[in-house]
Amino acid sequence: MDDLRGTILDYVRKEYLEEDDDRPLTETTRLISGGIVDSFSMVSLKRFLERKYDVKIPYADASPEAFDTVASIAALVERLAAVRA
Amino acid sequence: METAALPAVASFRDVYRAELESIRAGGLFKEERFIHDPQGAEIEVEFPAGAPPRKVLNLCANNYLGLSSHPRVVAAAHAGLDRRGYGMSSVRFICGTQDIHRTLEGRLTEFLGTEDTILFSSCLDANGGVFEALFGEKDVLIADRLVHASIVDGMRLCKAMTDTYKHSDMAHLEEKLLEHADKRFRVVITDGVFSMDGDLARLDEIVALAGRHGALTFVDDSHATGFIGRTGRGTPEHFGVLGKVDLVTTTFGKALGGASGGCVSGRRELVTMCRQRARPYLFSNTLASVIVSGTLEVLDLVSETTQRRDRLEENTRFWRKGLVEAGFDVKAGESPIVPVMLYDAKLAQELARDLFDEGVYVVGFFFPVVAKGQARIRTQLSAAHTREQLERALAAFVKVGRRHDVLGKTKAELLARCGL
Repeated sequence: MDDLRGTILDYVRKEYLEEDDDRPLTETTRLISGGIVDSFSMVSLKRFLERKYDVKIPYADASPEAFDTVASIAALVERLAAVRA
Repeated sequence: METAALPAVASFRDVYRAELESIRAGGLFKEERFIHDPQGAEIEVEFPAGAPPRKVLNLCANNYLGLSSHPRVVAAAHAGLDRRGYGMSSVRFICGTQDIHRTLEGRLTEFLGTEDTILFSSCLDANGGVFEALFGEKDVLIADRLVHASIVDGMRLCKAMTDTYKHSDMAHLEEKLLEHADKRFRVVITDGVFSMDGDLARLDEIVALAGRHGALTFVDDSHATGFIGRTGRGTPEHFGVLGKVDLVTTTFGKALGGASGGCVSGRRELVTMCRQRARPYLFSNTLASVIVSGTLEVLDLVSETTQRRDRLEENTRFWRKGLVEAGFDVKAGESPIVPVMLYDAKLAQELARDLFDEGVYVVGFFFPVVAKGQARIRTQLSAAHTREQLERALAAFVKVGRRHDVLGKTKAELLARCGL
Protein backbone atom coordinates (compact mmCIF):
# COMPACT_ATOMS: atom_id res chain seq x y z
CA MET A 1 0.00 0.00 0.00
CA ASP A 2 3.02 2.27 -0.30
CA ASP A 3 2.01 5.53 -1.92
CA LEU A 4 -1.39 4.21 -2.88
CA ARG A 5 -2.62 7.64 -3.86
CA GLY A 6 0.44 8.38 -5.97
CA THR A 7 0.08 5.06 -7.80
CA ILE A 8 -3.58 5.74 -8.58
CA LEU A 9 -2.78 9.29 -9.68
CA ASP A 10 -0.10 7.99 -12.04
CA TYR A 11 -2.46 5.39 -13.48
CA VAL A 12 -5.25 7.92 -14.01
CA ARG A 13 -2.86 10.35 -15.67
CA LYS A 14 -1.47 7.70 -18.02
CA GLU A 15 -4.73 5.93 -18.75
CA TYR A 16 -7.20 8.76 -19.08
CA LEU A 17 -5.43 11.97 -20.01
CA GLU A 18 -4.20 12.67 -23.51
CA GLU A 19 -0.58 13.69 -23.90
CA ASP A 20 -1.50 17.32 -24.54
CA ASP A 21 -3.96 17.43 -21.65
CA ASP A 22 -2.35 19.65 -19.07
CA ARG A 23 -5.24 19.75 -16.61
CA PRO A 24 -3.93 19.66 -13.03
CA LEU A 25 -4.70 16.35 -11.37
CA THR A 26 -4.79 16.00 -7.58
CA GLU A 27 -6.25 13.59 -5.06
CA THR A 28 -9.45 15.62 -4.97
CA THR A 29 -9.90 16.27 -8.70
CA ARG A 30 -13.34 15.08 -9.78
CA LEU A 31 -12.71 12.22 -12.17
CA ILE A 32 -16.18 11.05 -13.16
CA SER A 33 -18.33 14.09 -12.45
CA GLY A 34 -15.48 16.18 -13.91
CA GLY A 35 -15.57 14.29 -17.21
CA ILE A 36 -12.06 12.78 -16.99
CA VAL A 37 -13.21 9.16 -16.55
CA ASP A 38 -16.48 7.87 -17.98
CA SER A 39 -18.43 4.92 -16.67
CA PHE A 40 -17.15 2.66 -19.49
CA SER A 41 -13.54 3.47 -18.82
CA MET A 42 -13.90 2.84 -15.09
CA VAL A 43 -13.57 -0.87 -15.74
CA SER A 44 -9.87 -0.64 -16.51
CA LEU A 45 -9.24 1.30 -13.29
CA LYS A 46 -11.21 -1.27 -11.30
CA ARG A 47 -9.27 -4.15 -12.85
CA PHE A 48 -5.97 -2.35 -12.28
CA LEU A 49 -6.73 -1.85 -8.58
CA GLU A 50 -7.87 -5.44 -8.13
CA ARG A 51 -4.68 -6.81 -9.66
CA LYS A 52 -2.28 -4.37 -8.10
CA TYR A 53 -3.67 -4.58 -4.55
CA ASP A 54 -5.08 -8.09 -4.63
CA VAL A 55 -8.57 -7.01 -3.68
CA LYS A 56 -11.97 -7.80 -5.16
CA ILE A 57 -14.08 -4.68 -5.64
CA PRO A 58 -17.76 -5.69 -5.60
CA TYR A 59 -19.86 -3.99 -8.29
CA ALA A 60 -21.97 -2.40 -5.58
CA ASP A 61 -18.85 -0.65 -4.29
CA ALA A 62 -17.60 0.41 -7.71
CA SER A 63 -20.01 3.33 -7.86
CA PRO A 64 -19.34 6.59 -9.72
CA GLU A 65 -19.28 8.30 -6.30
CA ALA A 66 -16.65 5.92 -4.91
CA PHE A 67 -14.53 6.34 -8.03
CA ASP A 68 -14.94 10.10 -8.30
CA THR A 69 -11.65 11.14 -6.72
CA VAL A 70 -8.30 9.49 -6.13
CA ALA A 71 -8.85 10.05 -2.41
CA SER A 72 -12.19 8.19 -2.41
CA ILE A 73 -10.75 5.37 -4.54
CA ALA A 74 -7.81 5.01 -2.15
CA ALA A 75 -10.19 4.93 0.84
CA LEU A 76 -12.19 2.16 -0.85
CA VAL A 77 -9.08 0.09 -1.59
CA GLU A 78 -7.80 0.56 1.96
CA ARG A 79 -11.15 -0.54 3.40
CA LEU A 80 -11.30 -3.63 1.20
CA ALA A 81 -7.69 -4.52 1.96
CA ALA A 82 -8.35 -4.19 5.70
CA VAL A 83 -11.37 -6.50 5.42
CA ARG A 84 -9.29 -9.02 3.52
CA ALA A 85 -6.50 -8.85 6.14
CA MET B 1 -56.50 11.64 -3.05
CA GLU B 2 -56.90 14.33 -5.72
CA THR B 3 -55.62 17.06 -3.45
CA ALA B 4 -52.60 14.93 -2.54
CA ALA B 5 -51.62 14.61 -6.22
CA LEU B 6 -51.49 18.37 -6.86
CA PRO B 7 -48.27 19.26 -5.03
CA ALA B 8 -46.40 16.52 -6.93
CA VAL B 9 -47.48 17.99 -10.28
CA ALA B 10 -46.43 21.46 -9.21
CA SER B 11 -43.16 20.07 -8.00
CA PHE B 12 -42.18 18.37 -11.26
CA ARG B 13 -42.90 21.58 -13.16
CA ASP B 14 -40.73 23.54 -10.74
CA VAL B 15 -37.91 21.01 -11.06
CA TYR B 16 -37.84 21.07 -14.87
CA ARG B 17 -38.39 24.82 -15.14
CA ALA B 18 -35.39 25.38 -12.88
CA GLU B 19 -33.31 22.91 -14.87
CA LEU B 20 -34.29 24.49 -18.19
CA GLU B 21 -33.48 27.91 -16.77
CA SER B 22 -30.04 26.72 -15.77
CA ILE B 23 -29.47 25.35 -19.30
CA ARG B 24 -30.47 28.75 -20.69
CA ALA B 25 -28.31 30.61 -18.19
CA GLY B 26 -25.34 28.47 -19.20
CA GLY B 27 -25.85 29.41 -22.84
CA LEU B 28 -26.49 25.76 -23.69
CA PHE B 29 -30.15 25.91 -24.73
CA LYS B 30 -30.77 24.46 -28.19
CA GLU B 31 -33.31 26.08 -30.46
CA GLU B 32 -34.73 24.83 -33.73
CA ARG B 33 -34.72 26.90 -36.88
CA PHE B 34 -37.61 26.39 -39.28
CA ILE B 35 -36.71 25.63 -42.91
CA HIS B 36 -39.36 26.49 -45.48
CA ASP B 37 -38.12 24.57 -48.50
CA PRO B 38 -36.44 21.24 -49.37
CA GLN B 39 -32.97 20.49 -47.99
CA GLY B 40 -30.18 21.93 -50.13
CA ALA B 41 -27.03 24.04 -50.37
CA GLU B 42 -29.06 27.23 -50.02
CA ILE B 43 -32.26 27.16 -47.98
CA GLU B 44 -34.97 29.48 -46.66
CA VAL B 45 -34.80 29.66 -42.89
CA GLU B 46 -37.14 31.26 -40.38
CA PHE B 47 -35.12 32.31 -37.37
CA PRO B 48 -35.93 33.39 -34.80
CA ALA B 49 -39.42 31.89 -34.84
CA GLY B 50 -41.82 34.31 -36.48
CA ALA B 51 -39.14 36.18 -38.44
CA PRO B 52 -39.57 36.30 -42.22
CA PRO B 53 -37.70 33.38 -43.84
CA ARG B 54 -34.41 34.31 -45.48
CA LYS B 55 -32.07 32.56 -47.88
CA VAL B 56 -28.89 31.28 -46.26
CA LEU B 57 -26.07 29.00 -47.32
CA ASN B 58 -26.29 25.70 -45.51
CA LEU B 59 -23.00 24.44 -44.10
CA CYS B 60 -24.35 22.21 -41.36
CA ALA B 61 -26.29 19.46 -43.15
CA ASN B 62 -25.21 15.84 -43.52
CA ASN B 63 -26.29 16.17 -47.14
CA TYR B 64 -22.80 15.21 -48.30
CA LEU B 65 -23.72 14.13 -51.81
CA GLY B 66 -26.51 16.65 -52.30
CA LEU B 67 -29.06 13.88 -52.82
CA SER B 68 -31.61 14.86 -50.16
CA SER B 69 -33.85 16.52 -52.72
CA HIS B 70 -32.51 14.99 -55.92
CA PRO B 71 -35.32 14.72 -58.51
CA ARG B 72 -34.63 11.03 -59.18
CA VAL B 73 -34.74 10.20 -55.48
CA VAL B 74 -37.94 12.17 -54.98
CA ALA B 75 -39.52 10.49 -58.03
CA ALA B 76 -38.50 7.04 -56.80
CA ALA B 77 -39.95 7.77 -53.38
CA HIS B 78 -43.21 8.91 -55.03
CA ALA B 79 -43.31 5.74 -57.12
CA GLY B 80 -42.64 3.63 -54.02
CA LEU B 81 -45.47 5.36 -52.24
CA ASP B 82 -47.83 4.59 -55.14
CA ARG B 83 -46.75 0.97 -55.52
CA ARG B 84 -46.16 -0.14 -51.94
CA GLY B 85 -48.30 2.27 -49.92
CA TYR B 86 -47.54 4.56 -47.01
CA GLY B 87 -47.23 2.35 -43.95
CA MET B 88 -46.93 -1.34 -43.07
CA SER B 89 -48.48 -1.15 -39.62
CA SER B 90 -46.21 -3.93 -38.46
CA VAL B 91 -42.74 -4.92 -37.39
CA ARG B 92 -40.68 -6.84 -39.93
CA PHE B 93 -41.22 -10.37 -38.66
CA ILE B 94 -45.01 -10.19 -38.34
CA CYS B 95 -46.27 -8.68 -41.60
CA GLY B 96 -43.92 -5.77 -42.23
CA THR B 97 -41.48 -7.17 -44.78
CA GLN B 98 -42.04 -6.29 -48.42
CA ASP B 99 -39.99 -7.58 -51.32
CA ILE B 100 -38.23 -4.20 -51.54
CA HIS B 101 -36.94 -4.49 -47.97
CA ARG B 102 -35.05 -7.62 -48.90
CA THR B 103 -33.98 -6.03 -52.20
CA LEU B 104 -32.48 -3.08 -50.34
CA GLU B 105 -30.71 -5.40 -47.90
CA GLY B 106 -29.19 -7.23 -50.85
CA ARG B 107 -28.12 -4.01 -52.56
CA LEU B 108 -26.50 -2.72 -49.38
CA THR B 109 -24.65 -6.01 -48.87
CA GLU B 110 -23.27 -5.72 -52.37
CA PHE B 111 -22.40 -2.04 -51.99
CA LEU B 112 -20.72 -2.41 -48.60
CA GLY B 113 -18.88 -5.57 -49.60
CA THR B 114 -20.26 -7.60 -46.72
CA GLU B 115 -22.10 -10.93 -46.35
CA ASP B 116 -25.58 -9.83 -45.27
CA THR B 117 -27.54 -6.78 -44.09
CA ILE B 118 -30.50 -6.05 -41.84
CA LEU B 119 -32.44 -2.78 -41.98
CA PHE B 120 -33.34 -0.65 -38.98
CA SER B 121 -35.44 2.50 -38.66
CA SER B 122 -32.26 4.46 -38.01
CA CYS B 123 -28.59 3.88 -37.37
CA LEU B 124 -29.27 4.91 -33.81
CA ASP B 125 -31.58 1.90 -33.62
CA ALA B 126 -28.98 -0.31 -35.29
CA ASN B 127 -26.34 0.76 -32.77
CA GLY B 128 -28.85 0.49 -29.96
CA GLY B 129 -29.71 -3.10 -30.81
CA VAL B 130 -26.64 -4.76 -32.24
CA PHE B 131 -24.47 -5.20 -29.14
CA GLU B 132 -27.18 -6.50 -26.84
CA ALA B 133 -28.27 -8.97 -29.52
CA LEU B 134 -24.81 -10.42 -30.07
CA PHE B 135 -22.68 -10.10 -26.97
CA GLY B 136 -22.97 -10.95 -23.30
CA GLU B 137 -21.22 -11.33 -19.99
CA LYS B 138 -18.39 -13.42 -21.41
CA ASP B 139 -17.43 -10.69 -23.88
CA VAL B 140 -15.82 -7.26 -23.80
CA LEU B 141 -16.62 -4.23 -25.96
CA ILE B 142 -13.58 -1.99 -26.43
CA ALA B 143 -14.54 1.37 -27.93
CA ASP B 144 -12.62 4.40 -29.14
CA ARG B 145 -13.31 7.19 -26.64
CA LEU B 146 -14.89 9.42 -29.29
CA VAL B 147 -17.48 7.02 -30.71
CA HIS B 148 -20.97 8.32 -31.41
CA ALA B 149 -23.49 8.65 -28.58
CA SER B 150 -25.71 5.94 -30.08
CA ILE B 151 -22.87 3.42 -29.75
CA VAL B 152 -22.43 4.44 -26.14
CA ASP B 153 -26.15 3.87 -25.58
CA GLY B 154 -26.02 0.49 -27.34
CA MET B 155 -23.07 -0.59 -25.22
CA ARG B 156 -24.92 0.43 -22.07
CA LEU B 157 -27.80 -1.87 -23.02
CA CYS B 158 -25.44 -4.83 -23.45
CA LYS B 159 -24.34 -7.09 -20.60
CA ALA B 160 -20.79 -7.40 -21.94
CA MET B 161 -17.93 -5.76 -20.09
CA THR B 162 -17.08 -2.36 -21.57
CA ASP B 163 -13.76 -0.60 -21.90
CA THR B 164 -12.34 2.21 -23.99
CA TYR B 165 -9.10 3.17 -25.68
CA LYS B 166 -7.67 6.62 -26.23
CA HIS B 167 -8.84 8.17 -29.46
CA SER B 168 -7.12 6.44 -32.41
CA ASP B 169 -4.30 5.27 -30.12
CA MET B 170 -3.29 1.86 -31.48
CA ALA B 171 -0.77 1.15 -28.71
CA HIS B 172 -3.46 1.75 -26.11
CA LEU B 173 -5.90 -0.44 -28.06
CA GLU B 174 -3.37 -3.26 -28.11
CA GLU B 175 -2.92 -2.93 -24.33
CA LYS B 176 -6.66 -3.37 -23.99
CA LEU B 177 -6.75 -6.38 -26.28
CA LEU B 178 -4.05 -8.01 -24.15
CA GLU B 179 -5.72 -7.00 -20.89
CA HIS B 180 -8.98 -8.65 -21.94
CA ALA B 181 -7.46 -11.76 -23.50
CA ASP B 182 -9.52 -13.89 -21.09
CA LYS B 183 -12.78 -12.87 -22.71
CA ARG B 184 -14.72 -15.01 -25.23
CA PHE B 185 -15.08 -12.22 -27.78
CA ARG B 186 -13.23 -8.90 -27.77
CA VAL B 187 -14.96 -6.39 -30.01
CA VAL B 188 -13.08 -3.32 -31.19
CA ILE B 189 -15.58 -0.53 -31.80
CA THR B 190 -14.97 2.66 -33.74
CA ASP B 191 -16.61 5.26 -35.91
CA GLY B 192 -15.32 5.25 -39.50
CA VAL B 193 -15.32 9.04 -39.58
CA PHE B 194 -15.64 10.73 -36.19
CA SER B 195 -18.63 13.01 -36.33
CA MET B 196 -17.33 15.89 -34.24
CA ASP B 197 -13.66 15.96 -35.27
CA GLY B 198 -14.07 14.75 -38.85
CA ASP B 199 -10.99 12.52 -38.70
CA LEU B 200 -10.91 8.96 -40.03
CA ALA B 201 -10.33 5.92 -37.83
CA ARG B 202 -7.07 4.10 -38.59
CA LEU B 203 -9.12 1.22 -39.87
CA ASP B 204 -6.34 -0.68 -41.65
CA GLU B 205 -4.36 -0.76 -38.42
CA ILE B 206 -7.43 -1.62 -36.33
CA VAL B 207 -8.34 -4.55 -38.60
CA ALA B 208 -4.73 -5.81 -38.58
CA LEU B 209 -4.45 -5.48 -34.82
CA ALA B 210 -7.80 -7.17 -34.21
CA GLY B 211 -6.77 -9.93 -36.60
CA ARG B 212 -3.53 -10.57 -34.71
CA HIS B 213 -5.41 -10.81 -31.42
CA GLY B 214 -8.41 -12.74 -32.72
CA ALA B 215 -10.79 -9.87 -31.97
CA LEU B 216 -13.88 -8.76 -33.86
CA THR B 217 -14.22 -5.33 -35.46
CA PHE B 218 -17.20 -2.97 -35.56
CA VAL B 219 -17.38 0.28 -37.56
CA ASP B 220 -20.14 2.88 -37.62
CA ASP B 221 -19.65 4.36 -41.08
CA SER B 222 -22.54 6.82 -41.01
CA HIS B 223 -20.34 9.81 -41.90
CA ALA B 224 -18.58 7.87 -44.69
CA THR B 225 -20.96 5.64 -46.62
CA GLY B 226 -21.52 6.98 -50.11
CA PHE B 227 -18.45 9.22 -50.37
CA ILE B 228 -15.37 8.03 -48.47
CA GLY B 229 -13.29 5.60 -50.52
CA ARG B 230 -12.64 5.69 -54.25
CA THR B 231 -16.17 4.55 -55.09
CA GLY B 232 -17.86 5.75 -51.92
CA ARG B 233 -18.07 2.42 -50.13
CA GLY B 234 -16.83 3.97 -46.93
CA THR B 235 -13.79 3.76 -44.69
CA PRO B 236 -13.26 0.02 -45.32
CA GLU B 237 -12.73 0.84 -49.00
CA HIS B 238 -10.56 3.87 -48.21
CA PHE B 239 -8.24 1.74 -46.06
CA GLY B 240 -8.28 -1.35 -48.30
CA VAL B 241 -10.15 -3.56 -45.81
CA LEU B 242 -13.45 -3.98 -47.65
CA GLY B 243 -15.04 -7.24 -46.49
CA LYS B 244 -12.69 -7.52 -43.51
CA VAL B 245 -14.72 -5.62 -40.95
CA ASP B 246 -17.03 -7.97 -39.05
CA LEU B 247 -19.83 -5.49 -38.38
CA VAL B 248 -20.62 -2.24 -40.18
CA THR B 249 -23.48 0.02 -39.21
CA THR B 250 -24.52 2.98 -41.31
CA THR B 251 -27.34 5.39 -41.98
CA PHE B 252 -29.43 6.44 -44.96
CA GLY B 253 -30.04 9.71 -43.10
CA LYS B 254 -26.90 11.44 -44.29
CA ALA B 255 -25.28 11.00 -47.72
CA LEU B 256 -27.74 8.33 -48.87
CA GLY B 257 -30.70 10.64 -49.36
CA GLY B 258 -30.87 11.96 -45.83
CA ALA B 259 -34.37 10.80 -44.90
CA SER B 260 -33.94 8.11 -42.24
CA GLY B 261 -33.14 4.45 -41.84
CA GLY B 262 -30.00 2.51 -41.15
CA CYS B 263 -28.59 -0.98 -41.10
CA VAL B 264 -26.25 -3.53 -39.63
CA SER B 265 -24.17 -5.19 -42.32
CA GLY B 266 -21.50 -7.81 -41.88
CA ARG B 267 -20.88 -11.47 -41.16
CA ARG B 268 -23.89 -13.58 -42.09
CA GLU B 269 -24.31 -15.28 -38.72
CA LEU B 270 -24.11 -12.00 -36.83
CA VAL B 271 -26.71 -10.37 -39.07
CA THR B 272 -29.01 -13.40 -38.79
CA MET B 273 -28.68 -13.27 -35.01
CA CYS B 274 -29.69 -9.59 -35.10
CA ARG B 275 -32.81 -10.67 -37.00
CA GLN B 276 -33.64 -12.98 -34.10
CA ARG B 277 -32.62 -10.85 -31.15
CA ALA B 278 -32.15 -7.13 -31.91
CA ARG B 279 -34.87 -5.38 -29.97
CA PRO B 280 -35.31 -2.28 -32.20
CA TYR B 281 -35.83 -4.71 -35.11
CA LEU B 282 -38.24 -6.92 -33.18
CA PHE B 283 -40.25 -4.24 -31.42
CA SER B 284 -40.29 -1.25 -33.75
CA ASN B 285 -42.03 -0.67 -37.05
CA THR B 286 -40.51 -1.64 -40.35
CA LEU B 287 -38.66 0.98 -42.40
CA ALA B 288 -41.30 2.83 -44.45
CA SER B 289 -41.55 1.70 -48.07
CA VAL B 290 -41.17 5.24 -49.32
CA ILE B 291 -37.72 5.44 -47.68
CA VAL B 292 -36.76 2.01 -49.00
CA SER B 293 -37.69 3.09 -52.54
CA GLY B 294 -35.77 6.36 -52.28
CA THR B 295 -32.68 4.64 -50.86
CA LEU B 296 -32.66 2.09 -53.68
CA GLU B 297 -32.55 4.96 -56.16
CA VAL B 298 -29.73 6.60 -54.18
CA LEU B 299 -27.71 3.40 -54.43
CA ASP B 300 -28.25 3.45 -58.21
CA LEU B 301 -27.06 7.06 -58.34
CA VAL B 302 -23.91 6.50 -56.29
CA SER B 303 -23.09 3.32 -58.22
CA GLU B 304 -23.41 4.97 -61.64
CA THR B 305 -20.73 7.62 -61.17
CA THR B 306 -18.25 8.95 -58.64
CA GLN B 307 -18.80 12.49 -59.88
CA ARG B 308 -20.59 13.65 -56.73
CA ARG B 309 -18.09 12.25 -54.24
CA ASP B 310 -15.26 13.66 -56.38
CA ARG B 311 -16.91 17.08 -56.30
CA LEU B 312 -17.32 16.77 -52.55
CA GLU B 313 -13.60 16.08 -52.20
CA GLU B 314 -12.77 19.17 -54.27
CA ASN B 315 -15.15 21.31 -52.22
CA THR B 316 -13.63 20.01 -48.99
CA ARG B 317 -10.10 20.81 -50.14
CA PHE B 318 -11.10 24.32 -51.21
CA TRP B 319 -12.98 25.03 -47.97
CA ARG B 320 -10.34 23.64 -45.63
CA LYS B 321 -7.54 25.51 -47.41
CA GLY B 322 -9.53 28.76 -47.36
CA LEU B 323 -10.23 28.57 -43.64
CA VAL B 324 -6.63 27.70 -42.74
CA GLU B 325 -5.22 30.47 -44.93
CA ALA B 326 -7.62 32.93 -43.32
CA GLY B 327 -6.15 32.04 -39.93
CA PHE B 328 -8.87 29.88 -38.41
CA ASP B 329 -7.91 27.03 -36.07
CA VAL B 330 -9.18 24.04 -38.09
CA LYS B 331 -9.00 20.40 -36.99
CA ALA B 332 -6.81 18.44 -39.38
CA GLY B 333 -8.55 15.79 -41.45
CA GLU B 334 -9.70 14.78 -44.88
CA SER B 335 -13.45 14.27 -44.50
CA PRO B 336 -16.08 16.88 -45.41
CA ILE B 337 -16.55 17.55 -41.69
CA VAL B 338 -14.37 20.60 -41.07
CA PRO B 339 -14.48 21.80 -37.45
CA VAL B 340 -13.52 25.40 -36.75
CA MET B 341 -12.16 25.36 -33.20
CA LEU B 342 -13.17 28.16 -30.84
CA TYR B 343 -12.96 26.21 -27.53
CA ASP B 344 -15.40 28.49 -25.70
CA ALA B 345 -19.15 27.69 -25.95
CA LYS B 346 -20.26 31.31 -25.82
CA LEU B 347 -17.80 32.35 -28.51
CA ALA B 348 -18.92 29.47 -30.76
CA GLN B 349 -22.54 30.53 -30.36
CA GLU B 350 -21.77 34.19 -31.03
CA LEU B 351 -19.90 33.36 -34.21
CA ALA B 352 -22.69 31.07 -35.40
CA ARG B 353 -25.26 33.80 -34.73
CA ASP B 354 -23.23 36.44 -36.58
CA LEU B 355 -22.61 34.09 -39.48
CA PHE B 356 -26.34 33.53 -39.78
CA ASP B 357 -26.79 37.29 -40.01
CA GLU B 358 -24.21 37.20 -42.81
CA GLY B 359 -26.23 34.53 -44.64
CA VAL B 360 -24.35 31.39 -43.55
CA TYR B 361 -26.12 28.70 -41.54
CA VAL B 362 -23.75 26.92 -39.15
CA VAL B 363 -24.16 25.70 -35.59
CA GLY B 364 -21.93 25.97 -32.54
CA PHE B 365 -21.21 22.65 -30.81
CA PHE B 366 -20.29 22.53 -27.16
CA PHE B 367 -20.58 20.39 -24.03
CA PRO B 368 -22.14 17.84 -23.69
CA VAL B 369 -21.93 17.18 -27.46
CA VAL B 370 -18.15 17.72 -27.30
CA ALA B 371 -15.84 17.81 -24.27
CA LYS B 372 -15.70 20.92 -22.11
CA GLY B 373 -13.30 23.52 -23.55
CA GLN B 374 -13.60 22.01 -27.03
CA ALA B 375 -16.43 24.16 -28.42
CA ARG B 376 -16.44 24.60 -32.15
CA ILE B 377 -18.42 25.37 -35.26
CA ARG B 378 -18.72 22.18 -37.27
CA THR B 379 -18.89 23.00 -40.96
CA GLN B 380 -19.97 20.31 -43.39
CA LEU B 381 -19.46 20.34 -47.11
CA SER B 382 -21.79 19.06 -49.79
CA ALA B 383 -21.33 18.11 -53.42
CA ALA B 384 -24.24 20.48 -54.02
CA HIS B 385 -22.21 23.53 -52.96
CA THR B 386 -20.99 25.60 -55.87
CA ARG B 387 -17.59 27.31 -55.82
CA GLU B 388 -19.35 30.69 -55.76
CA GLN B 389 -21.34 29.68 -52.69
CA LEU B 390 -18.24 28.50 -50.87
CA GLU B 391 -16.39 31.71 -51.72
CA ARG B 392 -19.33 33.68 -50.33
CA ALA B 393 -19.37 31.56 -47.15
CA LEU B 394 -15.61 31.97 -46.75
CA ALA B 395 -15.89 35.75 -47.04
CA ALA B 396 -18.56 35.71 -44.33
CA PHE B 397 -16.35 33.56 -42.07
CA VAL B 398 -13.43 35.94 -42.52
CA LYS B 399 -15.60 38.98 -41.80
CA VAL B 400 -17.08 37.46 -38.64
CA GLY B 401 -13.77 35.92 -37.56
CA ARG B 402 -12.12 39.32 -37.83
CA ARG B 403 -14.93 40.94 -35.86
CA HIS B 404 -14.41 38.46 -33.02
CA ASP B 405 -10.62 38.63 -33.34
CA VAL B 406 -10.15 34.87 -33.68
CA LEU B 407 -8.07 34.83 -36.88
CA GLY B 408 -4.48 33.70 -36.40
CA LYS B 409 -5.08 32.96 -32.72
CA THR B 410 -3.72 29.84 -31.06
CA LYS B 411 -5.73 27.55 -28.83
CA ALA B 412 -4.04 29.03 -25.74
CA GLU B 413 -4.86 32.57 -26.85
CA LEU B 414 -8.50 31.72 -27.51
CA LEU B 415 -8.81 29.90 -24.18
CA ALA B 416 -7.14 32.74 -22.28
CA ARG B 417 -9.65 35.22 -23.68
CA CYS B 418 -12.55 33.34 -22.16
CA GLY B 419 -10.76 32.68 -18.88
CA LEU B 420 -10.26 28.95 -19.41
